[in-house]
Formats: sequence, structure tokens, C-alpha cells
Amino acid sequence: MRSIWHDSNKIILMVVMGLLLLILGIIIFLPLIEILQKSFYAHAGSFVFLDNFIAYLREPRALSLIYNSLFISCVVTIIIVPIAFIFAYALMRSCLPFKPLFRYLALIPLLAPSLLPAISFVYLFGNQGMLKSWMGDGSIYGVWGIVLGECFYVFPHVLMILLSALSLSDARLYEAAQSMGANGVKKFFTITLPSVKYGLVSAVLVSFTLVITDFGVPKVIGGDFAVLATEIYKQVIGQQNFELGATVGVLLLIPSVITFIADGIVQKKQKSVLGAKFVLYKPKPSGLFDNIMLLFSSTVVGLLLMILSVSIFASFMKFWPYDLSLVLKHYDFNSMDGGGWDSYFNSIRLAFWSAFLGTILVFVTAYVVERGKVLSSLRSIIKFLALLPMAVPGLVLGLGYIFFFNNPQNPLHGIYQSMAILVACTIAHFFTTSYITAVTTIKQIDQEFDDVAESMGIAFYKTFFKVTVPIAIPSILEIGRYFFVNAMTTVSAVVFLYAPQTTLASVAVLNMDDAGDISSAAAMSSLIVATSVGVTLLFNFVSHYLVFATQKWRKS
Amino acid sequence: MFKKGLCVFASVILAGSSLIAKESITVYTALESDQVKPYLESFKKVEPDVEVKIVRDSTGIITAKLLAEKANPQADVVWGTAATSLVLLEQNDMLHPYAPKSLDKIEAKFRDSKNPPAWVGNDVWGSAICFNEVEAKKQNLPLPTSWEDLTKPIYKGKIVMPNPASSGTGFLDVTAWLKIFGENKGWEYMDKLHENIGQYTHSGSKPCKMAAAGEFPIGISFEYRAAKSKKEGAPIAIVFPKEGLGWDLEATAIVKGTKNLDAAQKFVNWASSEDANKLYAENFAVVAYKGLSQKIENIPANYESMLIQNDFAWSAKNREAILKEWSKRYESKSEPKK
Repeated sequence: MRSIWHDSNKIILMVVMGLLLLILGIIIFLPLIEILQKSFYAHAGSFVFLDNFIAYLREPRALSLIYNSLFISCVVTIIIVPIAFIFAYALMRSCLPFKPLFRYLALIPLLAPSLLPAISFVYLFGNQGMLKSWMGDGSIYGVWGIVLGECFYVFPHVLMILLSALSLSDARLYEAAQSMGANGVKKFFTITLPSVKYGLVSAVLVSFTLVITDFGVPKVIGGDFAVLATEIYKQVIGQQNFELGATVGVLLLIPSVITFIADGIVQKKQKSVLGAKFVLYKPKPSGLFDNIMLLFSSTVVGLLLMILSVSIFASFMKFWPYDLSLVLKHYDFNSMDGGGWDSYFNSIRLAFWSAFLGTILVFVTAYVVERGKVLSSLRSIIKFLALLPMAVPGLVLGLGYIFFFNNPQNPLHGIYQSMAILVACTIAHFFTTSYITAVTTIKQIDQEFDDVAESMGIAFYKTFFKVTVPIAIPSILEIGRYFFVNAMTTVSAVVFLYAPQTTLASVAVLNMDDAGDISSAAAMSSLIVATSVGVTLLFNFVSHYLVFATQKWRKS
Repeated sequence: MFKKGLCVFASVILAGSSLIAKESITVYTALESDQVKPYLESFKKVEPDVEVKIVRDSTGIITAKLLAEKANPQADVVWGTAATSLVLLEQNDMLHPYAPKSLDKIEAKFRDSKNPPAWVGNDVWGSAICFNEVEAKKQNLPLPTSWEDLTKPIYKGKIVMPNPASSGTGFLDVTAWLKIFGENKGWEYMDKLHENIGQYTHSGSKPCKMAAAGEFPIGISFEYRAAKSKKEGAPIAIVFPKEGLGWDLEATAIVKGTKNLDAAQKFVNWASSEDANKLYAENFAVVAYKGLSQKIENIPANYESMLIQNDFAWSAKNREAILKEWSKRYESKSEPKK
């Protein structure tokens, strides 16, 4: 009896694993292999290994692009990591009032396409900007525009890393230091900084990688200051030079892979801090310090909100800067580039399907990797595939999709130019973060549920649906929300894949800006933000409701 | 309950995506978005059963896309795209010659001379400079009247122009300068102009829209966008430089190998018909159909006489070399401005 139970369970599990391997292989692994191949082969198809890179690097333009990319990535990182650190410090180590509010508002840039801050800075500091005088003789088009825009875009990502790093400090160390008479400064440099060093490394790398691979901000506000990411766009979209795009794309893969590996090491080291005797640090009120932190955090959040609202206001102004009456005409997307209102509804469809299918795929993958007890080697392959997208910039993934799916010999060629390929690409692009969320949740669910069920001869999938999924509802909803919002805001991967019948809102922002309709670009960006905020609130509401209705046990 | 809601939501979202017309063609165009909509409404009246999928982008992108898809063409028709690009496509044997019904009504100089022609022109579009008078007053900028004027140091950083690699308007300006000043002097002219350029843009419209908003006081653009911006109330003067105007034809052709030849021919018949040309004539001063050209607000009556001598075959043949030289001279220079 028991062995039959075991066998049928095993078979089902193995089938599920096979399916996962197939799906993840197609949406993640094979497109990447394809772009790597392309970059190592000559135009005629012979294997030339690094020749493409060497030839590219010999061009004087290439060196200036690489220099430009490195330069802005470094500048942004130097500016934003300290700011995010102080902000995180205020949230974790001071008695700042309204902490949850500050935290939510600080994450608001995640709900906007990266083009939005660039548009706002044109309105703020452009030649007709509201605050043009602040720029003196300088111009916002170029380095400074890119740096400011990227700071807005990168801030919440860096902040989240530093918040989790700062949450790991052991109060016992501070008590010991206190009793030895160490002052605040000394405690900061001997305890706080060393304890977050890995988090800082990780924050620096993530900031660097996000900036070097983003092309939305430099596209809109970079003027003639070209970077590697805009170069890929220009080569592929502008000149249809896919080979050169692949070469430059693989160059961009280098910093991402370094970040990915370093991040893995950091994660391992950080875990060892947590021992059984760990005591959570609780900040004590301190008037002056708390006030300084309040001032600082309010300034940062104020700036973020101001940047966001500039685009929103601009989208209603009739004819900046000469006629500031409020109108809705910039929302008449149908007479603009970018596909009109259809783009917006396409984006909603993309977001819905990415959230729906992506969440299922992510959660099943996480469950199988964590709790599937068979074929551990296969499980580690699946785990590798699940973590891989973190190391791949969107531009590179998008290009890989072109190479893989546009090949007429590929049996899946049919999904090229369809909504399906956009959904697949979006799920792949944002897979890892969701996967880590799901794994964390599943790890928190006691293994004994599964063990008891198994000993009673209940099929594992029944346990999965009756126990695991209901307990994990809040995190499942969070994964869905994450997919939805990112599908609304992303440009980088899908910009290579949309077709005339599947134009997207975020790409429309780019096209409208290219055509010179910056007010409409601002309008579409605002619409995306409004939708993301609405969806986030909706998911939070549903989550609260479901937790309240089904998980009364959590309260006890 | 939740599941049911999800299903309803899903079906609402899916609804409406399954309408299939009898015939469907993909049309690549470099026409302005705000023109495409009224034009297509007219086509729909004539051919209600043909569904048109539009891929719109700047000329350079449309051209590059068509060349890249040579082995496996995605477009059935190229519409309202620079004749220079169509000649280039023809030189690559990528067009399907076709004589539309109204061919005898089309001016001979505005169509491919062969019979049947590989492409047929729709209208002329040419250079124009948008000059923001409000900003000019603030910054004490005199009104330029010639191309030569634009190289004066007083305009340093004040001018935007389209990148000729992506924009057809940018390309026709560059070829015009090479024609007006001669090859060597033409590049020397652009070297000097480059010193004054604040930004190279993706599209040919953007410089005028930027000038209209005062973001940069001077935009090298084309006459339709200039006239339209002025009509919409932008404080601009439109300058037609006295050395002569670069121009190209917006033209239409069928892509060789189309699987929808019948529908493609229907489209081309309409695109060169009297109906369509009447619509073109609302936007452009010179159209291909005989006797339909009319005066356009903000465009001088002698517009046609200002156009330079043009040679599409020459522009098409040298397109790649010109763009390469341009990119070498002006794109690799774009280092951080200190």
C-alpha cells in the first residue's frame, strides 16, 4: 500500500520536474545560450571565439562608450549608497516616527518606469525647466541628467538590501560596547559597519549593475552622451545590427554575473551571523539624533515624491512652458506614436498573464526544489535555472529571445510577435526575486506537515493545495503583485519583442519621447504609476482580507 | 469565489482579441502618427474588408528593418516612406513593381520612371527650420535666413537636428548640404554646424517640437511639423533657408514576396488615388497627383521653387557611405561634455 503511494507520488513529482525543466529551459536557458553563441560566431557563422569582442573594443567609439557607462555607474553608486544607507539607518536604528509610511514611500520608484524620472528632470532642469537657474551654465542633457534619473530609479533597490543588512545586528554587541564605555561613533565603526559590510558590498554591486544595464534614463535625458545600454538599443532597433547588439550585450553580462556571484557569497556569509542567541537590536529614543534622521528621511521622501509629481503635473499642462492651463489632451494617445490606448490595455494583459502564470510557475518551482524528495541532481539544475535570470540584464534576455524564437527552425517560432513571447520573457526576467520570496516562505512552513501527511498516505499534491498554498497566500499574492507591477513598468527586455498588435505602455513612453511628444510620454508614465499603485493597494487589500478570513491562527 | 472572479477577469481581458478580418496586411510607414489616423479612416471607407496593421517608425528604422528582413519579409506594403529608401530597396530587388489605377494622374517626376513603376510618390516633404521667437528675444538671437547662418557662433548649443541614421528628415538635410555646398565643402559645413548642435534627435519631428516648447530655440525639421506647430500656437517663425531646401518624396511600394498581393494592390491603389492625395494635400504643399496641390497655411506659395535639384538614385546608392561618414565624424565625439 505504502509503496504504491510512494511510487505514484514519485512519478507525479518526476513529471512535474520534467515539465519545469522544459519550461525553464525554454524561457531562460536556451535564449541565453543562443545569444552567447551569436557573440562568439562571425557573421558568416564560423566560430571566432573572442574576435568579435576584440574587434569591437578596437573601435575608438567603443572605448568611449565603456568609459561613459563605467563613469555614470560609479558616480551614481557613490551618491546613492550613502544616501540609502543613512535612510536605512534611520528606519532601523532611530526612533523615527511613521516608519512604515517612510518605508512605503521610499519604495515608490519601483512603481514607475525608469523613463519617468528622466522626463521629470527634463521638466525640472531642462532648458525650460522650472528650476533651470539651479543648473547655471550646465545642461541636464548628458551626465547629470542620467545620474539624477538613475539615482531615483536605483534608490529603492539599494535601500531594500541595506534594510535587510541592518536588521541583522546583534544587540548584545552594543551592550558589551556600552559597558566598556565606547561612544556612538566608535560603536558605529567597530560594530555597525563591520556587521553590514557584506550588505554594503551587495548594495554597491546591485547599484552598479542596475545603472550600467539601464537604458531608459540615458535614452530620454542622455542627449548625445551615449552609453553601452543605449548603444545596444541603437544598433538593434536603429540599424538592425543584431550581431553587434549581441557582442555589446555580452559585455553588459560581465558586471551582472560578477554581482550575481558576489551576491551568492555575501548571502552565505551573512547567514552565519544569525545564531540561536541572537538578540534583536532595538533603538532607544534620542532627541537630537532622531530629529536629524527625521529631517533627512523627510527630505529624501520629499524629493522622490516631487520627482514623481512633476511628471504627473506636466502631463496635464496644455503647452509647457507657454500655456499652463490644465487639459487632458496629452492622454489622447491614439494620435501619438507608441500604439495608442491599445498599448495600455496590452500592458494590462501582459501584466495579468505574467502575474497569473508567473506566480504559479514560481511557486511550484520553489516547492519542488525545497520539498520534492526525489532526483536531487535534477532539483539542483532547476534551482540553478531559477536563480540564473538575476544575472541577466533585460536587454540581453530580450536579444536572446529574438535569436532563439525568430529562428524559423524553432518549433516555437509561432509565438514570435505574439503576446505569449512577451509573457514568457517577462516571467523569465523577474523570476529570481519571486523565486527567492517563495523559497523563503516555504522554508518557514514546518516540514512536519509534509511528513505527517506522507505517513498518513496523503498524496503530496493534496498537502500542497490544502496546506502549503493556503499558508503561503500572503507571499503568493506578493509574488503576483511583483510580477504585475514589473510587467507594467519594464522596457528593457520587451522593447525588442513587441509587435504592431502587442505594443506596450512602457515602450510607448519611449516612442512618444523619441517623436518629441514629451507631455504624452509623461502622461503614459503617470498612467503606469497610477495603475501600479492601484494594483498594489488592491493586492494588499485582498491579502489582508484573505489572511483575516483564513488565517486566524496567525494571531495566536 | 476568488477563482470565479479570476476567471471572469481573465475572460474580460481576453474578449475582443479574437476579431479576424477577411484580409489583413502589414504596412510599414514613416508617416507622422497624427497623419496616419485620418488617412486610414479614408482607406477603411474604400476597402472595409482589408485590415491594416501599421508599423510606424522613423525612416531610418523602417529602412533598416526592411533590409534586415530581406530573406523573410514581414511587410506587405511600404507607405509614406522616403523615395530614397524605396530606391535603395529596389536596388536590392526587394520591391514588387505595380501600376496603380491612377498612375497616369501622377506627376512623372514623382514616380519611378519604369513601367510598371517600383514605387509611386505621395507628396514632397522638405527641410524647414523652426525658430522660437520668444526664446530668441530672451537670448538675443537673430533670425537665421540661410543654412550658412546656422554656423555662426552665436547659435552655439542652440540648435537641434535629427540624426540622419534614424531620421529621413535628417538624411535629406545632409544630402542637401552635400549637393548645395559640394561634397568637401558640405562636410566642412557640417563640421562647423556640429559645434552649434545641442542635441541630435531620433526623429525629424522632435527638433521642431523642442523648438516649439523653447527647449532649444532652433530646430532643423520639416515643413509639415513646422506649419502644424505654428498653427497649434507655438511661438515660432518658420525659416526656409535661402540656399535651397532638401527634400524627398513620401512614396509607396509593394514588398516583393508578399503573401497578400491582392490586398496590397488595393492599398496601393488607394494610396495613389485622388481621395488619398486630397488628404496629403491638407498636410503638404506639393502632392504627386496632378492638380491637387494647394496652398498650406504658413507655407509660402513659392515653396516648390525653393526645392533643390534632387537625385534619389545618387542618395540611395551613397546612403550607407554617407551615414558611416556622418557617424564617424559626429557620433564618436559625443563624450561627456565637461
